[in-house]
Amino acid sequence: MDAAMAPITSTPSTAMWRQWNLSQVRWWVWLILIAAADVLLFVAIARDELYTLIFGKVQQGIVLTLFVTLVAYFLALAIGLIVGLGRVSKNGIIYNLATLYVQIIRGVPILVQIFFVSFVATPAFFELLKAIGAALSGVLGPDNFLAQTSTQDVSLLARAVVALTVAYGGYEAETFRAGIESIGRGQMEAARSLGMSYFQAMRYVILPQAVRNVLPPLGNDFVSMLKDSSLVSVLGVRDITQEARLYVAASFRYPETYYMLAFMYLNMTIPLSMAVRWLEGRMGSGRRAA
Amino acid sequence: MDDAPRDMIAIKNLVKHFGHVQAVNGVSLTVAQGKVVVIIGPSGSGKSTVLRCINHLESPTGGEIWVDGIKLTHDHKNINAIRAEVGIVFQQFNLFPHLTALGNIMLAQRVVRKRKREEAARIARQQLARVGIPEKADVYPAQLSGGQQQRVAIARALAMNPKIMLFDEPTSALDPEMIKEVLDVMLALAKEGMTMAVVTHEMGFARNAADEIIFMDQGLIVERGTPDIFFGNPREERTRLFLSQILH
Repeated sequence: MDAAMAPITSTPSTAMWRQWNLSQVRWWVWLILIAAADVLLFVAIARDELYTLIFGKVQQGIVLTLFVTLVAYFLALAIGLIVGLGRVSKNGIIYNLATLYVQIIRGVPILVQIFFVSFVATPAFFELLKAIGAALSGVLGPDNFLAQTSTQDVSLLARAVVALTVAYGGYEAETFRAGIESIGRGQMEAARSLGMSYFQAMRYVILPQAVRNVLPPLGNDFVSMLKDSSLVSVLGVRDITQEARLYVAASFRYPETYYMLAFMYLNMTIPLSMAVRWLEGRMGSGRRAA
Repeated sequence: MDDAPRDMIAIKNLVKHFGHVQAVNGVSLTVAQGKVVVIIGPSGSGKSTVLRCINHLESPTGGEIWVDGIKLTHDHKNINAIRAEVGIVFQQFNLFPHLTALGNIMLAQRVVRKRKREEAARIARQQLARVGIPEKADVYPAQLSGGQQQRVAIARALAMNPKIMLFDEPTSALDPEMIKEVLDVMLALAKEGMTMAVVTHEMGFARNAADEIIFMDQGLIVERGTPDIFFGNPREERTRLFLSQILH
């Protein structure tokens, strides 16, 4: 309905109400439709012996999927913040190191990074430790703890988490950089002119505003991490994807198993995406101008 | 040290280049304690740059700056120490939008001066009362008018007990009806004996508050003098031209 057709009694406030109402309706329709479809599917699964069996198998990986996602995500946020600060640094060495890291990470597929971290970087790291151990054998003894370390000490799960952390650290760095650069120069000048150091100004003035601005992309990246956690299955780490693959290998029930797997991912990603959109909407309306 | 100037601000032969642009071409001036110096001039004349060099928001290309007997260097500790003694008020207010008026005034007190929360809050309320808006303590900057925001910015600077206050076109971004409330606060500060360096286009303020007026053009000081002489009988042709353009 356009403005011309609106009743004469319509005031600006009712027009605003209608606009707000429309967007809310779409949001709720989505939620109800998805919830209804979901309930139907759950009922269908519960009443079907085969699907109940498959669900029972695949859900064994759910704790691992969530563990990998959460740990890698929050470690990636820490790396991203540090590298992101490097990307806005005026120190040439720090800036270039941070930029190099981001460029490499963004130029290599995450799957390849997982292989690389697991089968190249980790063994190389332990070769280095052993070499140090050997070099120090005179001081620490021939059987010192460094010489004793082995690549086998690090589980494939840990390597997978490290790989996802390193990969997402590069993406989060760019998100934080964008957030920091969205804050006007005057904020830093005001903080510095009050005697704050660069890091105090970052900590108390720039980052609180910057992080607020990038909450939606950070939320989207969490959803992406949940999906990309399925890549750890290539290392045999038993997340839900790997559990599904194992069941398929034994049963050849391809369609049923992968329908189930996709269904389980959607059940996690769609509510999360909606939460992010809700957050975005709330920020859009409640944003405080500078 | 014998050669340390006794003035609150002493600038000797300041030069500042931005790439090929020569913003300041050798400016020397002093501000004695308790005095108010007003710098005027056309835009691009380098007056804001001079002000911003005093607390090292711009780092000088050449020359010397002394603040309260301490020579300004590129050392971070030195710069932060001087900045804590020099308050600055910007054209665009630059309040922290994520903090209330009170939070804005408390932050640097706590982080830089290491004051306790209660003490910082008490001082913040005093300063808000001083600039005439004690009732706005818990309001966020976005809910304040331009004039109120600028007064919070002044209170924020004053809460650090600065020895010097710098004003960089503090009323240029304000609606006309809000200019007076900010100028009144500045005038009161000047009367209380605050050492001030003010860049402004408000000739009424310059006439009433200034001990000395400095007219700059193209990075150089063209003329300086007391308000009476400066407005009444300027020596330089360029000064007369400038005054005729802004005094209608």
